[in-house]
Amino acid sequence: MSVAAARGTPGDIREVALRYGTDRAGFRTAVRALVAAEVPPARVVWRMAGPDEPAMEGGNADLFGSPGPGIASGEAPALALPRAVAALADLVLCHSDPARFALLYTLIWRVTRGERQLADNPADPLVHRLGRMAKAVRRDIHKMHAFVRFKALGTVNGRERYLAWFEPEHFILEAAAPFFRTRFPAMDWVILTPHGTVGWKDHILAFGPPASRPTLPEGDGFEEGWLAYYASAFNPARANPSMMRTEMPRKYWPNLPEARLIPALLEQAPARVAEMLAREAAAPRKRDPQKAVAAMAQQAPSSLEALNALIAASPAFVAGGTRAVLGEGPLHPRLALVGEQPGDQEDEEGRPFVGPAGQLLMKAMAEAGLSREAVYLTNAVKHFKFVPRGTRRLHQKPTASEVKHYRWWLEKELDFVRPRLVVALGGTAALALTGKALAVTRERGPRQLGAHAGYLTVHPSYLLRLPEESARNAAYAAFVGDLAAAKALAEAA
Amino acid sequence: MDDTLRTKLGILADAAKYDASCASSGARGRKAEKDGIGSTTGMGICHSYTPDGRCVSLLKILLTNYCLFDCAYCINRRSSNVRRARFSVEEVVAITLGFYKRNYIEGLFLSSGIIRSPDYTMEQMMLVARRLRQEHGFAGYIHLKAIPEASPWLVEQAGLWADRLSVNVELASDISLKALAPEKDAPSIKATMGQMQERITEARAEKRRFAPAGQSTQMIVGADSTTDAAVLETSAGLYGGYGLKRVYYSAFSPIPEASRVLPVKAAPLRREHRLYQADWLLRFYGFSVDEIAAGGTGGMLDLDIDPKLAWGLKHREQFPVDVNAADREALLRVPGLGARAVERILRARRQTRLTLDDIARLSTGVKRARAFLITADNHPLKLTDRADLRARLAPPARQLELFA
Repeated sequence: MSVAAARGTPGDIREVALRYGTDRAGFRTAVRALVAAEVPPARVVWRMAGPDEPAMEGGNADLFGSPGPGIASGEAPALALPRAVAALADLVLCHSDPARFALLYTLIWRVTRGERQLADNPADPLVHRLGRMAKAVRRDIHKMHAFVRFKALGTVNGRERYLAWFEPEHFILEAAAPFFRTRFPAMDWVILTPHGTVGWKDHILAFGPPASRPTLPEGDGFEEGWLAYYASAFNPARANPSMMRTEMPRKYWPNLPEARLIPALLEQAPARVAEMLAREAAAPRKRDPQKAVAAMAQQAPSSLEALNALIAASPAFVAGGTRAVLGEGPLHPRLALVGEQPGDQEDEEGRPFVGPAGQLLMKAMAEAGLSREAVYLTNAVKHFKFVPRGTRRLHQKPTASEVKHYRWWLEKELDFVRPRLVVALGGTAALALTGKALAVTRERGPRQLGAHAGYLTVHPSYLLRLPEESARNAAYAAFVGDLAAAKALAEAA
Repeated sequence: MDDTLRTKLGILADAAKYDASCASSGARGRKAEKDGIGSTTGMGICHSYTPDGRCVSLLKILLTNYCLFDCAYCINRRSSNVRRARFSVEEVVAITLGFYKRNYIEGLFLSSGIIRSPDYTMEQMMLVARRLRQEHGFAGYIHLKAIPEASPWLVEQAGLWADRLSVNVELASDISLKALAPEKDAPSIKATMGQMQERITEARAEKRRFAPAGQSTQMIVGADSTTDAAVLETSAGLYGGYGLKRVYYSAFSPIPEASRVLPVKAAPLRREHRLYQADWLLRFYGFSVDEIAAGGTGGMLDLDIDPKLAWGLKHREQFPVDVNAADREALLRVPGLGARAVERILRARRQTRLTLDDIARLSTGVKRARAFLITADNHPLKLTDRADLRARLAPPARQLELFA
């Protein structure tokens, strides 16, 4: 900004010289000084330097780093502008229209002179015009994100390198760059434009001076593939070139490799459609793959082993889960016990109910007259959900939707196992079997669990967590009682 | 990328283009790790446009166009003479990454013909998505077509990798579906949609990532005799019952190797366009299916004018409304005013009494709207009730389609 802007009497014409491009800092400094000096918009002439002019006219070069004489920062205080004004200015400064500075200053002038809410009135002609400029800038940024086309330059030090040439309409390089940084962190890339350059190398973003069209390398097969894709994606029966031009204006075509296909695609469209219609009466090929079609219906796993193979090969639906811990026990038993999920030890060994809770369960089962070999043991969730804490793996309760991810498997599993009675150990098992959350302490006892005759009781880990010994003993006795009751029910069934 | 692969790409992109959906929107922001690739933005990006005016956002391909199903409206049905090809999982992964790194696409939309079995096909598709995510740290957009005939546990897995899932209902009428797609089954399509909706809703509540961009579907229009009203009724049911993000309408167009049971004539593209407008009225403008249908005749929308104008012309007793006094709901019903224009009007009129010139700055549909609006400086007087108002507002007839 030129020093002259801030001094002199309000009646003088002030000239403000700004750097090429957006020059937010220069504009901000100038506006602060002009408002402080009460210079009306009509008395200000704004000028932007050319792309190759590092210095301003009149010798007041590069003042942005240090305030010049007469505009010490104390003299031109920061303006408290409404957020809507700041947001609008941010975008409009990127516009290529030389009038943008004057229009913005007029807006700010009016806002500081009693029209505080001005930017919130989209019907005001000035706000409307600035709004359209902001929209054009947003659109140009969006189109840059869409239409930059990278060319591969090979791999250096293990990082792929890409180069693009793009011609934006407005000064949007800085505003558009973060998108590319976020999207392509693992490759090095450079985008050259007539307004400036941006590059990403070894995770550092850097801007450079305006560039001219480089000689771009030939395509490396992917570009040809892209052209083939583009041509195939076009449906000649729906040609609508004006719609295409609205969204992809011709000004962008020179830098879009696929655009060179457009004339031929449109020219050939009517003939292709005519040919399609002519071919319509063609008789279908005699293909009647009855066997294959019939075989489609038999895709479901045909045995528990086949189902277990599927479960073992599938990814975990919970965080942690190194392997699927499958159910074990005889087919068609009197009882199947369904727990919550494998714990640390179960995950290590790949078998259900071998950890502390499992050992307690075995003890209680023995007291109730049940042997491990006689019952089928499984879990609602097949993987160990945990978070690592140092060397330990802390158990995490599965959420309702995680439990439901596993439901289909549990249902199918019990279809194969066909127990007389299913015992749900705790709320997670009940949720998996019924699809609903049940209050275990209140609804404990015999009940239907989904398609199965069932019995609801607590999970043995609940007993381990009870702090008081007397409560623990009582709860344990009740648990043994439940197992015995379930056994009796299953024998009577 | 060699010639063989390019030829396959041509065949399998050609085979996929009849699916109208190409949106990459709705995914909540996500970005790649330091050594990964990709990001999603809420709005989505169209990276190119084909000469049919449609957006190219995703690499929309089939894993294979071999298919055991025999759906009459589909170019890939088993009895079609179309050229066939099949990608390997690795090939799809390589093309997706190659295109993505050159900034051609937002991500992948993968669908497939049914080979061997629905489960096998679905597993192969998921393998592509899983490799992209797990082995390549791909954080771009993935839309997977779910196969309703596949086992339910596969749908549970699909949502782990995909941003969007979709199952096509294909035809608004179950009877037509039975007639034209013998291997498909309307109840199992609905069951899969219900399963996906339940899981999407729960995961969102638990802040887990499961198909964060929701589910969509597609209906083919004009391949059977279903009316627009019936199509919209189906859509309303899908939006309400299954929380769909979008219902896509695809005007039946002549396909190479068409089946003999289908109409010879293409459905006008304008019908599809009017259905989309009506769909918007359902979702964002507070209209019911009955109200929209009342704007047309015999359950079909008026092809020459937009459905809100059609409704307005038949309900002139509700107009004109005062743009400076009417509430939001009433303004949304004014022909020519879009939802954005209404928001702007509501903001602007807090500061000023709006004139016709103001409305022209706030809305691009002022030509239609002025007959239905009272502004500070203008009353439409008899204009609202003129018998020739429709003729004045309808665009001059012109040939929109190649085949009318």
